[in-house]
Amino acid sequence: MATTVVSRKAARPHGISARRRRAAYALLTPGGIWLVVFFVGSVLVMGYMSLKSGGLLSGGFRFTWSFGNYVDALAGRQMFFLRSVVYAGATTLGTVLLGYPAAYWIAFYGGRFKSALLFMILLPYFVSFVIRTVQWKFILADNGILLGTLKDLGLLPEHFRVLSTWIAVIGGLVYNYLPFAALPLYVAIERIDRAVVEGAYDLYATPAQAFTKVIFPLSMPGVFAATLLTFVPATGDYVEAEILGGPTTRMIGNIIQTEYLTRGRYPVAAALSMVLMFGMVVLTSLYAKLIGTEDETVAAAVGA
Amino acid sequence: MSAVVGAPARTVGAVAPDTRPPLRRPRVRKAKLALGSYTTLLMLYLVSPILLMILYGFNDIPGERQMPRFWGFTLDWYRNVFADPSLNEAVRNSIVVALASAAIATPLGATLGLVLGRYVFRGRAAVNFLIFIGIAIPEIVLGSSLLSLYIEVRAPLGLFTILLSHVAFSIPFVAVTVRARVAGMDRSLEDAAQDLYATPVMAFWKVTFPLILPGILAGYMLSFVLSLDDFVISNFVSGQVQTFPIWVYGATRIGLPPTVNVFGTILFVAGVLLALLTAFGRRREA
Repeated sequence: MATTVVSRKAARPHGISARRRRAAYALLTPGGIWLVVFFVGSVLVMGYMSLKSGGLLSGGFRFTWSFGNYVDALAGRQMFFLRSVVYAGATTLGTVLLGYPAAYWIAFYGGRFKSALLFMILLPYFVSFVIRTVQWKFILADNGILLGTLKDLGLLPEHFRVLSTWIAVIGGLVYNYLPFAALPLYVAIERIDRAVVEGAYDLYATPAQAFTKVIFPLSMPGVFAATLLTFVPATGDYVEAEILGGPTTRMIGNIIQTEYLTRGRYPVAAALSMVLMFGMVVLTSLYAKLIGTEDETVAAAVGA
Repeated sequence: MSAVVGAPARTVGAVAPDTRPPLRRPRVRKAKLALGSYTTLLMLYLVSPILLMILYGFNDIPGERQMPRFWGFTLDWYRNVFADPSLNEAVRNSIVVALASAAIATPLGATLGLVLGRYVFRGRAAVNFLIFIGIAIPEIVLGSSLLSLYIEVRAPLGLFTILLSHVAFSIPFVAVTVRARVAGMDRSLEDAAQDLYATPVMAFWKVTFPLILPGILAGYMLSFVLSLDDFVISNFVSGQVQTFPIWVYGATRIGLPPTVNVFGTILFVAGVLLALLTAFGRRREA
């Protein structure tokens, strides 16, 4: 959507003179360089590091085209990759299912309270997410506020626990990414032309038909953005798994973090991180091809 | 049930179209009510950990470590909030880095957003893609690649590397915020200024800049909050230096002191007040 608006304006005859074009490139330079150095540059350096060999304590690492690092890195780690993808998939489904009705209600019926309601959804972001996650540890504690009460009422068996299980980890992920998904959903639903919805009703659509045939398809850019913005970061996340989970819920992020920061096996850790990154690129481009939404729309949904 | 209610509406509507809209109303109202109640519950779910954090800042626990039970009300933790020097330093580091990184990332990101929202030029798609990657990249990948970069160039890890990294991940967010504002802007105002013999520079500062200022302010706030809250990337590039989230994360193993809740509450209240002030300021401007 944003593309058409911008290009129409910029295509006007007096839109871009050579001088303006020079000014545009000049303005792009500082921010552009920063992004190229710290995003592209750092990933290239990580790729370089992933091909080194040696040890932190045995004279450092040297570049030797050690593709074996990738074999070492992946050996026995498939389970962690798989678990991360499954957890992130469940999280994505959860955030979209939970977030969509609320985004819909705010967009269609929020009236003049829209901004205030949206602000409420974003409220968790005013608290550090490590603290938020720790609060869930309290809420979900074996004999804490929630489970303790339910056990006292006899609604749950005494040995029932949520902490250290996948329920706690996925629950924590859903909680932390829900606002991230709700926002693009809201933006997309809000942009839907009401006249089109009215038109569906005028053509005798039932509310269910109006939703499945008109509203939902038109909100697809938001669903696309929401799933990407949840799935990709959730796959690499390790904080929920660390705080709320246990040995059976370790995700690939936990492994990368340990290899880098605790064991100092930089080449292997870098290889794992590269695999994760390429995996995400492949999955998201397949998904983008399947859904067929432009990056521009997604970015616009994220930005507005 | 709704199908039963819907059926007569459709038949009546087919015979006498004028009566259609009123007959549809009750069902919409019911859906509206159900969705509204659901949204209220969802918000309750979203704020429950925050309420718990605030409440437990007043928890009169025996000892120093938080426990999942409320023992009684006390203001002790507010009185002794600065008792732990390492926690104080972590909070100070977080605030310093957040202020500095927002101050650097805002102009860099805003100029990107301005140009992207404004001009079509060669390489525009590439810049947009770079920004999209910046938002979509998993934090752990960015954190580990930044650490690789700093190790490779032998940069000493600490506040400076944290700052460089925070500026990097904030720029894309500022850029999309400003780009959205620029794309929604009425260009004819600027054209009018130039028709009235304003130089391009004058037209920018007198017309364009005030119009996109809300977007820039929003970008500043966003990058400040992102920096303050960041754990994963900071944890990778911080070396021995601690920020507030890193300190909290380290303390979760042995249990959090309630002073963490106090700091969390203060930052929360300050952030909300700031956001509300900005929103009201913007409304008055409009």
